[in-house]
Amino acid sequence: MKFSENWLRSFVNPPLSSDELAHALTMAGIEVESIEPVAATFDKVIVAEVLAVEKHPEADRLKVCKVKTGKAEEDVLQIVCGAPNVSTGVKVPCALIGATLPGFTIKKSKLRGIESAGMLCSARELGISDAADGLLLLPGDAPVGMDFRRYYELDDHVFTLKLTPNRADCLGVLGVAREVAAITSAGLSLQEKKPVSGEISDTLAVQVTASSACPLYCGRIMRDIDLNAPTPLWLTQRLERSGLRSINPIVDITNYVLLETGQPMHAFDLAKIKGNIQVRYAGRDEKMQLLNGNQIDLDARMLLIADEQKPLALAGIMGGLDSGVTQGTTDIFLESAFFSPDTISGKSFQLGFSSDSAYRFERGVDFAATKDVLEYATHLIQAICGGKAGPVTEIRHELPQRPPVYVRVERIKRVLGIDIGKQQVIDYFNRLRFEFLTNEDVFNVTPPSYRFDLAIEEDFIEELARIYGYDRIPVYFPHGGMAMLPASETKYATIDIKRSLTARDYQEVINYAFVDADWERDLVNNSRPIALQNPIASQMSVMRSSLIGGLISNLQFNLNRKQARVRLFEIGCCFIRDDQSDCKQVEKLAGLSYGDIAPEQWGIPARGVDFYDVKADIEALCQGKALYFRKFSHPALHPGKSAQILVDDQPIGWLGELHPRWQKQYGLQRNTVLFEMESGRLMPKALPAVKEISKFPPVRRDIAIIVDNDVSVHSLLDAINTGKPAIVSDISLFDIYRGKGMEDSKKSLAFRVLLQDTEKTLTDEEADSAVASIVEILKNKFSATLRN
Amino acid sequence: MKNLEEIITEAISQMDNIEDPAELENVKARYLGKSGVLTELLKGLGKLPAEERPAMGSQINEAKNRLEATLKSRRHAIQEKELEAKLTEEALDITLPGRGCGVSGLHPVTKTLQRIETLFHSIGFDVVSGPEIETDFYNFTALNIPENHPARAMHDTFYIDNGNLLRTHTSPVQIHYMQNNKPPIKVIAPGRVYRCDSDVTHTPMFHQVEGLWIDENANFSALKGILANFMAQFFERDDLPVRFRPSFFPFTEPSAEMDIGCVMCNGKGCRVCSHTGWLEVLGCGMVHPNVLKHVAIDSEQYTGFAFGMGVERLTMLRYGVNDLRLFFENDLRFLKQFN
Repeated sequence: MKFSENWLRSFVNPPLSSDELAHALTMAGIEVESIEPVAATFDKVIVAEVLAVEKHPEADRLKVCKVKTGKAEEDVLQIVCGAPNVSTGVKVPCALIGATLPGFTIKKSKLRGIESAGMLCSARELGISDAADGLLLLPGDAPVGMDFRRYYELDDHVFTLKLTPNRADCLGVLGVAREVAAITSAGLSLQEKKPVSGEISDTLAVQVTASSACPLYCGRIMRDIDLNAPTPLWLTQRLERSGLRSINPIVDITNYVLLETGQPMHAFDLAKIKGNIQVRYAGRDEKMQLLNGNQIDLDARMLLIADEQKPLALAGIMGGLDSGVTQGTTDIFLESAFFSPDTISGKSFQLGFSSDSAYRFERGVDFAATKDVLEYATHLIQAICGGKAGPVTEIRHELPQRPPVYVRVERIKRVLGIDIGKQQVIDYFNRLRFEFLTNEDVFNVTPPSYRFDLAIEEDFIEELARIYGYDRIPVYFPHGGMAMLPASETKYATIDIKRSLTARDYQEVINYAFVDADWERDLVNNSRPIALQNPIASQMSVMRSSLIGGLISNLQFNLNRKQARVRLFEIGCCFIRDDQSDCKQVEKLAGLSYGDIAPEQWGIPARGVDFYDVKADIEALCQGKALYFRKFSHPALHPGKSAQILVDDQPIGWLGELHPRWQKQYGLQRNTVLFEMESGRLMPKALPAVKEISKFPPVRRDIAIIVDNDVSVHSLLDAINTGKPAIVSDISLFDIYRGKGMEDSKKSLAFRVLLQDTEKTLTDEEADSAVASIVEILKNKFSATLRN
Repeated sequence: MKNLEEIITEAISQMDNIEDPAELENVKARYLGKSGVLTELLKGLGKLPAEERPAMGSQINEAKNRLEATLKSRRHAIQEKELEAKLTEEALDITLPGRGCGVSGLHPVTKTLQRIETLFHSIGFDVVSGPEIETDFYNFTALNIPENHPARAMHDTFYIDNGNLLRTHTSPVQIHYMQNNKPPIKVIAPGRVYRCDSDVTHTPMFHQVEGLWIDENANFSALKGILANFMAQFFERDDLPVRFRPSFFPFTEPSAEMDIGCVMCNGKGCRVCSHTGWLEVLGCGMVHPNVLKHVAIDSEQYTGFAFGMGVERLTMLRYGVNDLRLFFENDLRFLKQFN
């Protein structure tokens, strides 16, 4: 909503500067987004008339003009001008000697040898608009010699409001004026709109079948209108300052009335209407072309203004191209109606365009002013274009209700935390022009017809708070009980997981949750991802079920920016199609490691990261949990270098190297190791429960065995842990050997065995016998042999 | 034969000039060894007349003690010197960089979320979460936004193929929480939200933190207190100016927009605050009675307030980030600056 400040001040003129007025509106919830002066700062520019134009003797494009700047003889100046549209008889703004314009001052000068005593100005030179197509031509009745700023009302500002959707009442200058009056207590001067008595008796019958969609319809015929009459300057200026161009006097007037009152109007060319007017829903297969040129297929939810043959207008949204006022129009049918918000809302979205009219009707237009506005527009038309008006046809059905609402003084205090006081409440309601009754400490308030946002007690409490001033409500620090919040020590919160990963040199990233459908298909074999109906881009069209696509694309992005080593992780929601609940939303954790194991440095030989490095990261992350890794096949991973991660026989995720196929496709030079887990499966962490530390020294024995290559270390350890004697406190692998001195199909594994008794020091015999029993297990189960 | 004094002087001067420990031991042997000069002298005592023996004996012993003391101090000196040399040789270029793995960091949005959670937790707010794919009911209807309400147009919703939608704000978490918990309620709900909008100042996904307090004494004045306190602590500026303006959200009444004095220019006016000196940082208000009705909370017994803030915006202001899109490009050169 944009409008001229002077227009607003013609209704209410508080003793505030432009900035103060804007601030007062903003702080009352009518946000002023900007205040712009309508013209640049300049002085000594007057209205002038060009009396004669002669060619410049030395320059083809320059002209020498005789310009009248006042009544006296000596007020005729010689001015050299280069504008193409200068001609004898035109009236233009003229900057006199000594005038200061944006960026320069006017001095007496010679142009190619001819004296020039001033400058004729374009709109751009005066900072009024960007139009640079020659001089700003003024109406023929512009008074020569008058200060141009005053004549053109340039000491004005354009206010731009950013209105919230509940304040449709401020979508007209009058509504804003009402608001200013309430905020500042300044007086509001409203013009009375007297009805025009019927000068002709012609009417069109109006039949409203969709009465709940259009509970009030007013219209009248006007004949003998002069469409060639010029729209007066004051009116076109106000339109321009609201961002509307002048079109023809009828359209200008209906636009003007809309901007001032907030009531959208429409004028039909009476000659195009066949028979009577109908307000009805569209039938099947009806089509129409709108004023903006759009050809639309109508449907049964669209309300029409039609005649007996065809649709004339899309009610409350836009008129039809065929029935609009055009150059040859002399008779019109002028409409002012109330269409219910429910009928209009959503239609603009459906049609893909909006209009000033639809914007207002869907938010709510004052249904008590519908007929008055029609009279007001009739007055303006007669004043500007002449014409005779017929009687108003008014079809009235059930209008919206405005039931009174109880507002309790005690509740005001309860909600706001301050005591406004009954007298002040009375004052505020009066300033807001609300009708109310009051007894004791309860008000019974009736919302005005132009307010569609006041239905409950809290709505009125907000009104009181606005007028009181949100900023004046004191800041209060609430007191509370002293109970502590629970702080579970076993909770492995997402932030804890994140900190563990950053400590191991993984950088956190955050990616969009909508991804390329190709990633889902290629990387996780998901051919039925959850798709967006209205994606913002085709490569962001489906919801991710895995985080790894995003990580790989982050890798590529950073490799393209010359990073050599990239370690990333993300924790975020993934979306998995589920036939029972439509969609399972699971928080996942994924990581990626590419490049060297350590940053390039002087003291550690470079080595590419591999499966086992990342496995160690996962083991560190899951500390305290017994992890089990088993062979696993995953579309993104190298089939021989991937593993499923299990806890208590339940899979919690996987890790592995990116499949060479994808590595090549994504243009990656080196191995990429990935992992992904359901982060919820890492929780909770066990609370530490301490075991006794033995006072007796441990005994260490190393054993080296030879087994077949395909025997997994896990299976060996598993067998040992199941059958080992109680004094074996720990057993771990510390070396693997293949090669010289070994059969090709064999490998040698070296285990460190720690033995301990909590009761006594172990003897060599006890230790030997325990180790022997372990070797025995391995011999029996895996045909292992001892290596010497 | 040289007298005893000459022998001692000669021996001490020899020892004093020795640098090599082995040579020192040779000199020791020459004087104090089994057939050393002093040992021989002691052995020769018996040949002296009896009356001279005690005096001579004590002279020789004294000389022996002097030699041993010199030897000990010389040994120590040589060891010290050797150690000194060894230490010098071992000295490192301590300016060489440290070795080993690096450390990475959290995303700046996570840092801000964590900061917000910590501050609200310190006054008793629990942290809760909710689903990102929502139903129309939770995202709109239960929040007093009926179908075709113009407020829905402000939300630019992403719809998904099963008729559900991506939540456009974290407010639906309020509804889930109130359905499952009885007042008093004090929670914040951080999370990702989605809007079908992408340009210099909008990304289709971003983060919000929703806050909700339902109690018998939650009022607008307390709302102002808590939020002003939060902003001052978040930006670590006790004198941070704040202001509240009336606004509109379908799920709060009265509703307010909270501005803080521009933290970039201290309110003088700059590009970041569009030369107004103020930054819009948060929307808030008293929970609308219709919302409470949806979750069967008696609005006569309880009042409440809710607020919602954009996490990226606060992060940008806190760390001087000037381009929203940097948060989701995941350029390591950007992210590592927060470590």
